[in-house]
Amino acid sequence: MDWETVIGLEIHAQLATRSKIFSGASTAFGAEPNTQACAVDLGLPGVLPVLNEGAVRMAVKFGLAVGAEVARRSVFARKNYFYPDLPKGYQISQYELPVVAGGHLDIELEDGSTKRVGITRAHLEEDAGKSLHEDFHGLTGIDLNRAGTPLLEIVSEPDLRSPREAVAYMKRLHALVRYLEICDGNMQEGSFRCDANVSVRPRGQSTYGTRAEIKNLNSFRFVERAIQYEVERQITLLESGGTVQQETRLYDPDRGETRPMRSKEEANDYRYFPDPDLLPLVLEESFVEEVKATLPELPDARKARFTRDYGLSPYDAGVLTATREMADFYESTLRAAGGEPKIAANWVMGELSGALNKGSLEVTASPVGPEALGGLLRRIADGTISGKIAKEVFEAMWAGEGDAEAIIERRGLRQVTDTGAIERLVDQVMAANPEQVAGYRAGKDKLLGFFVGQVMKVSGGKANPGQLNEILKRKLAPR
Amino acid sequence: MHNRSIAEIAAALDRREVSSEELTRHFLGRIARLDGQLNSFVTVTGEQALSQAREADRRRAAGAAGPLTGIPMAHKDIFCTLGVRTSCGSRMLDPFVAPYDATVVERVAAAGMVTLGKTNMDEFAMGSSSETSFYGPVRNPWDPGRVPGGSSGGSAAAVAARLVPVATGTDTGGSIRQPAALTGLTGLKPTYGRVSRYGMVAFASSLDQGGPFARSAEDAAWLLSAMAGFDPRDSTSLDRPVDDYVGALEAPLDGLRVGLPKEYFGEGLDPRVSAVVEAAVRELEGLGARVREVSLPNSSLAVPVYYVVAPAECSSNLSRYDGVRYGHRCAEPKGLEDLYKRSRSEGFGAEVKRRIMIGTYALSAGYYDAYYLKAQQVRRLIADDFRRAFAEVDVLVGPTSPSTAFRLGEKTSDPVQMYLSDIYTIAVNLAGLPAIALPAGFVDGLPVGLQVIGDYFSEARLLNVGHRYQQLTDWHQRVPPGFE
Repeated sequence: MDWETVIGLEIHAQLATRSKIFSGASTAFGAEPNTQACAVDLGLPGVLPVLNEGAVRMAVKFGLAVGAEVARRSVFARKNYFYPDLPKGYQISQYELPVVAGGHLDIELEDGSTKRVGITRAHLEEDAGKSLHEDFHGLTGIDLNRAGTPLLEIVSEPDLRSPREAVAYMKRLHALVRYLEICDGNMQEGSFRCDANVSVRPRGQSTYGTRAEIKNLNSFRFVERAIQYEVERQITLLESGGTVQQETRLYDPDRGETRPMRSKEEANDYRYFPDPDLLPLVLEESFVEEVKATLPELPDARKARFTRDYGLSPYDAGVLTATREMADFYESTLRAAGGEPKIAANWVMGELSGALNKGSLEVTASPVGPEALGGLLRRIADGTISGKIAKEVFEAMWAGEGDAEAIIERRGLRQVTDTGAIERLVDQVMAANPEQVAGYRAGKDKLLGFFVGQVMKVSGGKANPGQLNEILKRKLAPR
Repeated sequence: MHNRSIAEIAAALDRREVSSEELTRHFLGRIARLDGQLNSFVTVTGEQALSQAREADRRRAAGAAGPLTGIPMAHKDIFCTLGVRTSCGSRMLDPFVAPYDATVVERVAAAGMVTLGKTNMDEFAMGSSSETSFYGPVRNPWDPGRVPGGSSGGSAAAVAARLVPVATGTDTGGSIRQPAALTGLTGLKPTYGRVSRYGMVAFASSLDQGGPFARSAEDAAWLLSAMAGFDPRDSTSLDRPVDDYVGALEAPLDGLRVGLPKEYFGEGLDPRVSAVVEAAVRELEGLGARVREVSLPNSSLAVPVYYVVAPAECSSNLSRYDGVRYGHRCAEPKGLEDLYKRSRSEGFGAEVKRRIMIGTYALSAGYYDAYYLKAQQVRRLIADDFRRAFAEVDVLVGPTSPSTAFRLGEKTSDPVQMYLSDIYTIAVNLAGLPAIALPAGFVDGLPVGLQVIGDYFSEARLLNVGHRYQQLTDWHQRVPPGFE
């Protein structure tokens, strides 16, 4: 049978506020356990939550960026369940009335077409603490530093049809939250993580199949693999006459498979009800307008501008605007280079990205900054070095040998543009190769390349290629 | 000294007739001597009180004393106190010492008052008799065989027995007004949001409100002045200036429009209590009030609505007592579930467990709409009744409790009978309104309390009505035998 995969993602983006969503404690990552948990985070008797306006601002920013409805009135609810890393015995979240409803994100498919993915809702909630099962000899440690960290849970429509589409959507969202500066996107630290709802159905069927939810996927690769495994599992199950259970599963990256969570952990009736400690969140029109004014240029707009203003291909513009950091790097490089947007694009996407990938570095951590790279491009543009020599200079810059200027001087890489000097080299080569000279003059035009190569060799690659060509043609011309 | 008003004590302090330290020793002595009969205190902080008193005396000597500086008081053991146990009357919190002061505790301390200790109460404020405390029942100074009401029965008994001039309480369904009525005191439940809930151990967050116990409206006005005010740490606190409660006490009552809700004088009201209330209404008429009957048609729904909303909120609020971070933890737990089950089974008493179970049920999938949501809808109808009534009258007057103090053990086996003792007080919490209980007479030697309910933020008016009434009557000056 031909099966269709249906996927919806719930993405938890940790909001980049300095303090927690309902207390003044710091949200910084990596502190000693339980040093960033105040009385409110510990759920001591008598404490009360006070909403962090910064978190609201970020949620609204997201809503505006995905074309969603920002609710003028939303409500915080309590999700009740017992767990040692949940200090109050309930999580404060939004249930019936979320702050953001509706919206969409466009993703690019492999065939180059664009697909619009619906965003059902995005709501504010607090994160729980962490249970530490290692190092305690049969006991469990609790670290409440993360408790109360603001999260934006972004729920997509079941619009995704393959693991690759799911990853494309997740990457797009990842780029967006970083563009908006509302989430640092650090997946290793859990700042951006994903639950995937996966089901399959016979192609052409309009109703959805029973879905399984895969929890806590924290890398793009795991998302793709976990969904792929789950899709195959469900199809195998259905084709052998079985049925899919609606359940929560965990992905085991070591074994590359999903497994059901113990049923006890999901048999919760969360008993949601409005939190009586918090008033409904009412947003004035002026507040929403104020946030709107802080929206940066979004990826799609930036991409359009790159093709329009810089004459880049849609593909190049797409690659360069995939993250805000990359786009910023490119534009800074271009400014420093003083023009030639296509050459700058080639260098950023080619040499620079290659070196970054090899070193597993983020563009923000590049040893060659945009100013330095722009400086190098300037030397190509003004004829100081050729493009080929520039690659050598770039490698030296990457290795920390200094800026382009210094390396060119130290290594004597400056291009030879003195016509007399080039003529002497040409004469030398012609004298050493009389047969080839005769051959060329007899009509073997292809021998020109031989002469270029030879002269370049004796010049150490520094002869200006344009001048060399011109001189060679002139001197080799039949007399 | 222990029969004097706050203003009289303050004047004596000003004249150096007595020091705060002497005053504090005097009241600590009375507690030591007399509280064995009452069990009104859970914790007495004698050393700390004396040190606060000496500080107050220094402030006074330096000319930096306010009107309340050096006056002794006590807190219901539901307000968190830095370094002093906050038990909430529960085994669960018997080992709990808060690392912070509640906003009310901070404010009262900032006013220079001296805290003698923490008073006994129904466990987690759930009860109307102060019999459910882990520390044993509180007894009524007017008759030690009877309850002082609840849940703030410790504060009520202590103030009534002159063990302390004033005390704080909290009122979720009548827990200030009913014990005030049963012990012959003035007790005020402020508008929801007037007194900060920060640091007040939560029972039912949308209903809980702190307020004062005093022997007179005037003293209550003084203590409320110190307690009330906006608190940015409580999102339900209202950012609105605090009225001059003391300054408003003397205003005349000419033309005061008084409504008598006919539903408050029906079945279930002891006719002798009714007669006392009617006499008090005539006194108010004598002061210039114009009295008429009004109707609060949804009154009979208040108790059932309350016993859905309050348990629902409590079931969630009390989830944090899980034995993991603080409070009671069972011995040698065998795994997580065992830790939860035994810590909570051992830590909570029967009434608390009953309400957690009712609340959990009311919020459960499949029952939420029928119970919790329906209760919230009816709650709005109850508030609408009051809104309509206050379009026609300034205050509503009726009984605080349907009977006088009942005997210890009389209602413990019948929770519904116990719940019905708050039949006239509960609607006020559901609507978030302020109300005051005032001593209005006696039946068989036991105090009867009048209840005056006002519109939102009318605390000053309620205290004013109480004060004018108390200028005309002396019920509030009667002293329980043996505590003179």
